[in-house]
Amino acid sequence: MHLAPRDTQAFRGNFTYRNSRKAIERFPFPFPEDDYRYSVNIEPHRLPGPKGSVYEHMLDIDEHYLSETAERDMVLMQDPGRCLAMPHMEPACWDLVEFVMSCYAKDYPEHFSFERQGDECLWENRPLKIQQRFRFGDPASLPLPPMEYIGRQMQGDFALLDQRHGDLFMDAGVITSPADWSLAFDAGMSFKQWHGPVPLAHEMGVFERALKYLCAIQAGGPVRRLNWTMTIHPRMDSSPETYHEWGRDRTTITPDNVGKDVFLRVELQTLVRMPRSHALFFGIRTYLISLDDLVTNQVWARRLHRVLKGLPQALVDYKGLSRYRGTLVEWLSQYDDDVEPREYSSIGSTT
Amino acid sequence: MSASLSVRVASIETITPVIKQFTLASTGTPLPPFSPGSHIVVTLPIRERMCRNAYSLLGDPADNGLYHIAVRRQDASRGGSRYLHEEVKVGDRLTVSSPANLFLPSWEARHHLLIAGGIGMTPFMSYLHEFRRRGVSYELHCAFRDSATGDYRAWLEQQAGQRLYCYESERPDFTRLLAEKPLGTHVYVCGPDAMLQAVIAAARDLGWGSGRVHYEAFAGPQPGRPFVARLARSGGEIAVEGESSLLEALEAYGVEVPNLCRGGVCGQCRTVVVEGQVEHRDSFLDDSEKQRHRAIMPCVSRAQSDTLILDL
Repeated sequence: MHLAPRDTQAFRGNFTYRNSRKAIERFPFPFPEDDYRYSVNIEPHRLPGPKGSVYEHMLDIDEHYLSETAERDMVLMQDPGRCLAMPHMEPACWDLVEFVMSCYAKDYPEHFSFERQGDECLWENRPLKIQQRFRFGDPASLPLPPMEYIGRQMQGDFALLDQRHGDLFMDAGVITSPADWSLAFDAGMSFKQWHGPVPLAHEMGVFERALKYLCAIQAGGPVRRLNWTMTIHPRMDSSPETYHEWGRDRTTITPDNVGKDVFLRVELQTLVRMPRSHALFFGIRTYLISLDDLVTNQVWARRLHRVLKGLPQALVDYKGLSRYRGTLVEWLSQYDDDVEPREYSSIGSTT
Repeated sequence: MSASLSVRVASIETITPVIKQFTLASTGTPLPPFSPGSHIVVTLPIRERMCRNAYSLLGDPADNGLYHIAVRRQDASRGGSRYLHEEVKVGDRLTVSSPANLFLPSWEARHHLLIAGGIGMTPFMSYLHEFRRRGVSYELHCAFRDSATGDYRAWLEQQAGQRLYCYESERPDFTRLLAEKPLGTHVYVCGPDAMLQAVIAAARDLGWGSGRVHYEAFAGPQPGRPFVARLARSGGEIAVEGESSLLEALEAYGVEVPNLCRGGVCGQCRTVVVEGQVEHRDSFLDDSEKQRHRAIMPCVSRAQSDTLILDL
């Protein structure tokens, strides 16, 4: 796999982020139908997935690995609060070290290697030019605390959820590319507490069912789901902490810049039981695609038009699309010749 | 549902005349690590049918590479433990599930009060390794029906020292035991159902919140009357033998039902009943659900009627 240069302007400043043809083809388009409705859309993360797809390996790495790790460094330098590990999560942090190093080394042997004899470990991350000997379980043998050490070398965010009393708690993680949520704000919250702002789903009982399901996930049975929103510019760090830097961008969308400036933002969320601590790894791997790139796929263009047109207002507001949904739907309509298909005429505020 | 693993029986130790310890090793890729309190489900090919029993992992969770289980011979049961005791030899291959955990220590506890009945000590054996590493405060109370506990008792004495309390003929006074404990104590009990119920009742009467009370039953499926299970959606008909659980019969027929504990506790295998009377043997469904006969936990429960129609 080709790993692009360590580009520190990719996700900020003059936004040099670009997707190759290959990245566009493997983009995890999240809509299986013409309308979007809530569901507990979780499925087993069966490995290996289709070759070349984002589901092929446990943890996906692509051409943006170096740019994303560079972006992560910058965010953490400006705001160390994006990394959090409560003291009782120490065993889970070591589980994470072993999990990530083993997966990366097994799935991308040309870039990573991990050797372990008893507790003596040797880790090599060739793209980032890191070679590190350490003693497993001994924090003094690493230059950073264990979760932060490996977290800075990962493409994508993650949280480590502690499980107790049949509930999950946001007690550790490294979150530098959140879709408008804050680890520092959610720290220590229970599953339902951190999902508090999500509209409609509480009444539907989605969180009760999801929580039961997640608590029953066992080692060796990882699961995944896709989540989505939209972002103006390829800005990874759309956090509440930096809202003053990006919030106003939502007011700048015109018919002329929709294709270039509006990005569909998809999260491949993976849930994996950490075997020794029984914590739940919650991986959030974010993929961004400009609408200009997205509409090169006619099926996607047509479907996105229908989904956005029929999206209930509460979800439009929650996802932060209120200011520009009209412009977006109008622009996308040129890719959808079927004006009023019957399947979605009954939902939402389309008429 | 957990993935299945192929393992080799590396050694068999006789702990007492009725308890054997099996050490299982990988046949290729290393065995997955596990957390204290985990169990595996062992698949045993008894004649033509498959029997699946859950056993706690009693080794050190930090140890890579081997699984240890203790099997108490249950002559009055369905033959799984008898098969392990009599048929399985060193070098044999077995199929086991990946470790699952429904009995994890609550690490926020200020003090851990462990209560075991007989072979119910096994999940706590994995706890003790981790407790020692973390230096947590605990005590272990073991009630034995007979004094024949052999090496395990010696091992517990060596690990727990003064923190081990053994009861041979009398039953511990659970109310007194719990009443003395400071706030912040969590109680864990693993043993026969009567012991679980007594500890749960004592904790409730003393006003302990349910979040501080943890239990694991080691009751697997018991044999019963044969019956027929009819599948309403797929149209199949399955004869469930007296020695088979309904879940095992469904699996043998090729129907996948999610499951974890195989002891009527975790709720994963809940299946909707279209018609028929259920003989409920689980501790998951509440009384009103049991009276309605519209749901069954096929891992342990069976039919009262000759036929049970399931929404499968």
